[in-house]
Amino acid sequence: MNGPVLEISGLNVDYGLGDAAVRAVRDIDLTLNRGEILGLAGESGSGKSTLAYAITRLLPPPGVITGGHVRYRPAEGGPADRNGDALKAGTGGAGVDILELGPEQLRAFRWQEISLVFQGAMNSLNPVHSVRSQLTDVLVAHRPEMSRAARNERAAELLSLVGIPADRLGSYPHQLSGGMRQRVMIAMALALEPEIVLLDEPTTALDVVMQRQILRQLVRLREELGFSVVFITHDISLLLEFSDRIAIMYGGRIVEQAAAKDIYRDARHPYSHGLLHSFPALHGPRRELTGIPGSPPDLKGMPTGCAFHPRCPKAIAPCSERVPALAPAGPGNRTVACWLHTEHRSGDS
Amino acid sequence: MSPSAADPPAAGAEVVLEARAITKHFRVRRSLRVLAGGQRPVVHAVDDVSLRLRRGTVTAIVGESGSGKSTIARLLAQLYPTTSGELLLDGKTTRAKGGRAFRAYCRNVQMIFQDPFGSLNPVHTVRYHLTRALRIHGRGGRNQEELEQALTELLGRVHLTPAGRYLDVFPHELSGGQRQRVAIARAMAADPRVLLADEPVSMLDVSIRLGILNLLRDLKERLQLAILYITHDIASARYFADETMVMYAGRLVEGGASETVTQRPAHPYTQLLIASAPDPDRIAEGVAVTAAPPADPDAALPAALTGGVGDAHAVAEHEAAVVAEAEADSASPGEPPSLIDPPPGCRFHPRCPKAMERCRSELPPRFAIGDDQWAACWLYDGNPLAPEPDAEPARTGPARTGPEADAEPAAGTTGARAASTTSTGGEGTA
Ligand SMILES: Nc1ncnc2c1ncn2[C@@H]1O[C@H](COP(=O)(O)OP(=O)(O)OP(=O)(O)O)[C@@H](O)[C@H]1O
Ligand SMILES: Nc1ncnc2c1ncn2[C@@H]1O[C@H](COP(=O)(O)OP(=O)(O)OP(=O)(O)O)[C@@H](O)[C@H]1O
Ligand code: SF4
Ligand code: SF4
Ligand SMILES: [Mg+2]
Ligand SMILES: [Mg+2]
Repeated sequence: MNGPVLEISGLNVDYGLGDAAVRAVRDIDLTLNRGEILGLAGESGSGKSTLAYAITRLLPPPGVITGGHVRYRPAEGGPADRNGDALKAGTGGAGVDILELGPEQLRAFRWQEISLVFQGAMNSLNPVHSVRSQLTDVLVAHRPEMSRAARNERAAELLSLVGIPADRLGSYPHQLSGGMRQRVMIAMALALEPEIVLLDEPTTALDVVMQRQILRQLVRLREELGFSVVFITHDISLLLEFSDRIAIMYGGRIVEQAAAKDIYRDARHPYSHGLLHSFPALHGPRRELTGIPGSPPDLKGMPTGCAFHPRCPKAIAPCSERVPALAPAGPGNRTVACWLHTEHRSGDS
Repeated sequence: MSPSAADPPAAGAEVVLEARAITKHFRVRRSLRVLAGGQRPVVHAVDDVSLRLRRGTVTAIVGESGSGKSTIARLLAQLYPTTSGELLLDGKTTRAKGGRAFRAYCRNVQMIFQDPFGSLNPVHTVRYHLTRALRIHGRGGRNQEELEQALTELLGRVHLTPAGRYLDVFPHELSGGQRQRVAIARAMAADPRVLLADEPVSMLDVSIRLGILNLLRDLKERLQLAILYITHDIASARYFADETMVMYAGRLVEGGASETVTQRPAHPYTQLLIASAPDPDRIAEGVAVTAAPPADPDAALPAALTGGVGDAHAVAEHEAAVVAEAEADSASPGEPPSLIDPPPGCRFHPRCPKAMERCRSELPPRFAIGDDQWAACWLYDGNPLAPEPDAEPARTGPARTGPEADAEPAAGTTGARAASTTSTGGEGTA
């Protein structure tokens, strides 16, 4: 089951060129294991969506990938096999670098191997087509051998997966609530049973009962089909319950990465700690919420050293001068980028 | 007007906007007629909703996705007409669409839309959006300098600083959260008396979310705004709203003081909603949601909830149990009802672990629970009927007797609360 399915290394993404560039994603190293639910959290503007777009090569201009690799290793007998062999060539043991795929390969790759539910995807449904025809269109395009009846049946099944009664198949997007549209997009992403599903804030418009239901479906499908999920959200409380591992981004970088329960029990990075303590509790006494003081960094005028230092309650000497690297921090394969947890503090930069 | 029994704490404050039994049915395509049994099919998006928005008060509506929350907001903003029912601004009925009265209504009642991606025009800059909004409402200042100052202040209010970095960018250059803050700034430009905020912060991360909610609260207090806060984040309703109402399948099913509704939910749907909220303590305490429920789901409860002392572990365990119970006991666990052909009686009955015979056919009216809460649920039959905001008697009539009612624990407020939480006694959990 395990072993990496996606390995991101040294990934950098800018918006714009030269001096005007906004460095939205920096030096990202991240591995997604097969069958894993990886949560990606961090405040608004930290680069989560940019990372997702870069991985799927859907980065809108003026976004440019300025460096790095995104290696994809499909499983033997996994969806890549089922879905045909457009990607087989050159996928030996090493897999393919998504950043080097040609347009033809990319087309086959998206939806079949990896699907992305955009943030705000509720608006990407075509307003003049019914839910049924949008769901079946995906199947027509990628599963031409399916009969019409089978496609309709599959469309109904996909809808029920996300908790929408089948009598809404004939509805048009404007006739659905925001959360319902969001769920139709999730259903579409699952239609071809891809190897990796990237969900960017997929549940922001959903009530908790529905969120839980959809996440449980994902967990179940993950077990049945063995796919991997990258779940992007700023709602870390949700991630704590449902993901295996969590990576936390700040100012375009990953600042901490560990098993969900390790993050909850013992967040090492002061920013992670702040995130965990800034959501309102439903239970227990009402406490004053402090949040994280200060405001998110301006990517155009990034603070020197650790980008969090102007807001960090624990900042020490090297913090404002040198960028801490993401380094191993204790058992359980966890990593953290913080001078408080870096052993070779005296090393030069 | 004297505050009535089931009114929330802020009952004394002046009512700015009131809805009386508003209903919205949407027509759907003919081909669905078969499903609806020959009748012209409609989506029952909102049925018989009565509520009051008061000066300087935040009223939250929480509830299931697709239950009609946005539709209520749009009806209140008069973006489309009601199928039936009445809207009153400052006690006066508003009818005619168009004309001066309508324009005044629109100025007074501003809406923040659920979704910032669709509500900003991609071809215009932030400066354009905000300048236009300020000018429409006559707040653009007399010269460029004043306009610039108003713009800077607006952006500052939503924490987009320095303003210079954001004024001349296009919506696509902003992150999702940044875009939503621009949308909020635009609504604030009108300087409204009623703010209808449809999920205003669901796209924002927690730290900014807090800032925006505090900002809205500050506006409420300073400008005495009446705010309708629609959210699916019930924890934020607890912190931010004075009053919270719960919606299920087109109807309001529970309402009252936010602290009471969130800490002692009465309606079984509200209980499910509260129990489903992400709660990291569950993983911390090793109570996995997916794990089998404890043998007696209710055993943990009295100590946790009625004992007054918050025992996180017991609460977490109980909630895992409530969720598991709701999933195990009902035929189709998470399945929300069809609104084209809604279930008769109580619309929650197909999913309700406490459903009784009468729930399948009789629509429950609002029953009072204590002095600051009500629920539309037959479990509270025997309690006094909660006055509807429009003060008309509930149309279904108070069917106060029935075999199930007798099986309930002692009537009265505390009895009713016990009935809601310690459940199984009497009606059984079929
Ligand atoms: N087209 C663009 N041009 C310039 N800057 C951009 C563009 N798109 C995004 N950015 C900037 O890149 C940064 C990262 O944006 P991104 O959308 O990846 O953030 P995010 O973590 O997904 O935030 P959110 O939680 O708000 O969605 C932000 O500061 C944003 O302003
Ligand atoms: N124009 C329309 N035509 C037909 N049906 C509609 C229309 N607008 C909304 N509906 C239906 O009305 C119901 C309520 O929708 P509404 O948008 O009010 O839900 P909501 O509670 O805001 O949900 P969410 O939390 O997902 O935003 C849904 O079933 C929706 O499909
Ligand atoms: S490196 Fe320094 S400033 Fe950055 S998070 Fe760690 S202690 Fe704080
Ligand atoms: S009225 Fe009946 S079905 Fe409806 S919530 Fe109450 S107990 Fe459940
Ligand atoms: Mg994003
Ligand atoms: Mg809505």
